[in-house]
Amino acid sequence: MSAEPMAETYIARSPAIAARMLGGEMMIMSAVDSTFFTLNEVATVIWQAADGHTPLSQIVERRVCKEFEIAPDMAQRDAADFVNQLSQHGILLVSDQPIPESKPVAGGKP
Amino acid sequence: MMQSEQPALSHEVAVVIGGFPIVLRTHDSAFQALVERRYAGFVRRQVQPSFAFDIDVVHPDGPVSEEEELRVWKDDGRWRLERGDFRAEWDPQAGQGKILQAVSPYAIDSVLRIVHTLIQAKEGGFLLHGASAIRNRRAFLFSGVSGAGKTTISSLAPKDAVLLTDEISYVRRDGEGYRACGTPFAGELARPGENASAPIECLYFLAKGPENRIAPIEPPEALRMLLRNILFFAGDAELVKMVFRSACEFLGRVPAYRLTFYPDARVWDLIQ
Repeated sequence: MSAEPMAETYIARSPAIAARMLGGEMMIMSAVDSTFFTLNEVATVIWQAADGHTPLSQIVERRVCKEFEIAPDMAQRDAADFVNQLSQHGILLVSDQPIPESKPVAGGKP
Repeated sequence: MMQSEQPALSHEVAVVIGGFPIVLRTHDSAFQALVERRYAGFVRRQVQPSFAFDIDVVHPDGPVSEEEELRVWKDDGRWRLERGDFRAEWDPQAGQGKILQAVSPYAIDSVLRIVHTLIQAKEGGFLLHGASAIRNRRAFLFSGVSGAGKTTISSLAPKDAVLLTDEISYVRRDGEGYRACGTPFAGELARPGENASAPIECLYFLAKGPENRIAPIEPPEALRMLLRNILFFAGDAELVKMVFRSACEFLGRVPAYRLTFYPDARVWDLIQ
């Protein structure tokens, strides 16, 4: 019996958001429903690295674990939860394939 | 969307808020008189209008629009605004719009507010749920949710303070800074603001308390509070982004504080 290789997760920042680093915190607003989020330091690192091409596991391993000295298992689990939460609000795009750069979202009916 | 069997629109009045003249045309002389009374300090003759609206005033048995809640959206380059007591459309490129509304002044108030939020979203300014006043040639904003003290602090203003509004503040970009402009949109004070403007000195978020105290607010918290109080109704992603950026820019140039105050006139000793 051979195990299937784990699928990678790729994440990209949604074009339908506005974001700004303010007072050391990343503030994000959804342009779709105006929901507002503040990210902590770890989440900000993941957010900033979400280029659509770097696998999440690599972001966690090379950035989160090193910069915050968090155990890999816990870091991967927390990152998956965070990505799941933001993707549910449309803040992060998630795919098992690299995500090409998106065009800005045009305005329309609510 | 809106057909009229009414006579030619013979009455018109220009309402200038925040420096933007909007002409309101109607066939209804009684409604024109109502508009002139309501916006008395903001009515101007012979100005070059930024935009013009033709208004049909109707006396319907039921709602003018089926939309109970306010809805603002863009359709084929035109803004559409609907609520139970009005339907409006506005073509910013053509500078023209139409309003079908009940005789209530609240409908035209709402349309004007929404149109100004749309104008300012592109200009880097915004309308804020808050009072504002000029003192010593500088403007002070007082924002907060209902009950925070906007009407109270407005009613306590000393004689040398020029009250710009007790309800809806008008903030526009002015070079490297920002300027607060008076609005006719009154809150519980039931008194329109003065048609005046001044550079904004600071923004206070109000809270009532046992003593008067001014405390700094961390930028992320200030942004959260500011966004909560900016008036914006349109379901338009690009404009929402612009409003977010405007709020960030504003807080980068105008200091924000929490003003806790005991409701008597002494609080104004801190505001000058």
